[in-house]
Amino acid sequence: MKLSDEEKAMYDGAHGRAKARAMDLLVRYGEALGAERLVETNNVAGAFNASTPSVRDLVKRGFDAVYSELNLDSAEVVEVPKMVAHTCQLITGIDNDRWRVQGIPDDLAEQQKRGEKFFGSRGINMLATCTPYQVGNVPVKGEHCAWMESSAVVYCNSVLGARTNTEGKESTGAAALTGRIPYWGYHLKENRRGTHRVEVDIEVDDIMDWGLLGYYLGEIIDDEIPVLTGKCHQPSLIKLKHFGAAAASSGGVEMYHIPDVTPEARTIEEAFSGNRVRGVVRYGAAERKLAYDNLNCATERNIDFVMLGCPHNSIDQVWLIASLLEGRKISTNTQLWVHTPRALREVADRNGYSKMIMDAGGFVMSDTCPAISRHMPKGTKVVATDSAKQAHYLPAITGVSAWFGSVKDCVEAAVLGVGTEVCSE
Amino acid sequence: MSEGTATTRKIVLRGRKVVGGCAEGEAIVTRDTISGWGGINERDGTVIERRHELRGQSFKDKVLVFPGAKGSSGWSAYFHMARLNGAAPRAMIFNKMTTKIALGAVVTHAPAMTELEQDPLQIIETGDWVKVDADNGIVEITKRGR
Repeated sequence: MKLSDEEKAMYDGAHGRAKARAMDLLVRYGEALGAERLVETNNVAGAFNASTPSVRDLVKRGFDAVYSELNLDSAEVVEVPKMVAHTCQLITGIDNDRWRVQGIPDDLAEQQKRGEKFFGSRGINMLATCTPYQVGNVPVKGEHCAWMESSAVVYCNSVLGARTNTEGKESTGAAALTGRIPYWGYHLKENRRGTHRVEVDIEVDDIMDWGLLGYYLGEIIDDEIPVLTGKCHQPSLIKLKHFGAAAASSGGVEMYHIPDVTPEARTIEEAFSGNRVRGVVRYGAAERKLAYDNLNCATERNIDFVMLGCPHNSIDQVWLIASLLEGRKISTNTQLWVHTPRALREVADRNGYSKMIMDAGGFVMSDTCPAISRHMPKGTKVVATDSAKQAHYLPAITGVSAWFGSVKDCVEAAVLGVGTEVCSE
Repeated sequence: MSEGTATTRKIVLRGRKVVGGCAEGEAIVTRDTISGWGGINERDGTVIERRHELRGQSFKDKVLVFPGAKGSSGWSAYFHMARLNGAAPRAMIFNKMTTKIALGAVVTHAPAMTELEQDPLQIIETGDWVKVDADNGIVEITKRGR
């Protein structure tokens, strides 16, 4: 791989051991990819937390050791300097205020807080959400980023037109210290063109529709680039947040185009920009039903736990849930957690939405989600969620079974304690 | 290239090094892409994804042969932790290059190869003995006796 003089100097240790180890990782990674060079980045979103039980032993050796091993793949413990790129923390495993609701031991919550203090003092912004684009980190078209979090990556590429691959914990750790990431994949314009045309033959309008479409497409398209045509209604941030998260769970979709909506596709022609159409995917009622059936693995009607807010809810979604719960109580057999970024929970508190949800017996959670934390209310066997992503991952990670439905269906399930048949054909 | 004998059959394939080194072991083969976070148990190397061909089976100390990576960006972190827990595969062979698999292979510290001259998923079967000499760009497959 070709390195600039500055990159060579970092690699050779002229700027300290941390940057040398970071460059070593980037070179190994770039060569594995077959990248020819690195590109400068000043927008990194990564995972700098120390919130899982498995890192307890590493934490005993200090947070320099945590960063060295987990964020740089370096057995040599290096002293971590300030980040050179604008860097933020994505979702973590622990809600800094409500860890006891999650059932997290106090010492683990304490460990995360000590970690945040360390990483924060190096300039890592503790946004603590899977949706940094909802709370101030909104890259502009063409900006080279180094982001983790598959649902954020697909949003960053497709909706914002900024350029990032799906980075990992180690590559973002190295990018934050060097301001570099391999110039490969979605950083190159020619790799951002559509590959498959999707003919949407049924109306896709509400959040659940978009989630099902994404879940179906991910499985069929894997990590190719779909171009949506047909009966898609004008989407919103919320709908595309769900669509991308679903497509990046059942498959590896990192980029899509919706002509006349997303920034790199004013038209269908521009979406493909001369690329050969490698496949046409039809999406109709049968495909929607298949996606729905694949997401619903629950056979019992009793719902123990209702999880809303994956990816983290917007403030409008919190308001909708609060409104649906107004004057009602959730079932004594059921718990309800509503997840939103910390910055938006502040707004929800201020607006009284949090109180409305808590008065009904639910909790507004931040910083985390059950799939990441692997914590749900004790004894949960069946979970209801409006998130295709959460319905995909929770059964695999925690062994629960899942109901998938609209936010209204989920709120009803919380109030009644049972799930109703929610698939509206 | 095939060298057939009465009892064993060896196949040698050339490919591209992703991570250097040389290791050998029993193959575990899947036609399904693999998720890291939410797809494997990093403590014992077991595949946990619902509806996955390898669900319940572990790649620990095996040569993992698969199409590629999918899913969460926690891919590398989970294979990284699998290595720290002693549950990593001995080597990896895959078809489709992505950032998830490239970084994941790098931090697993096990020899890894891609772009084999023939589709490894067609040639290698679970139980075959496979030597991955990534430094020299060679995969040597000994078909299990039959």
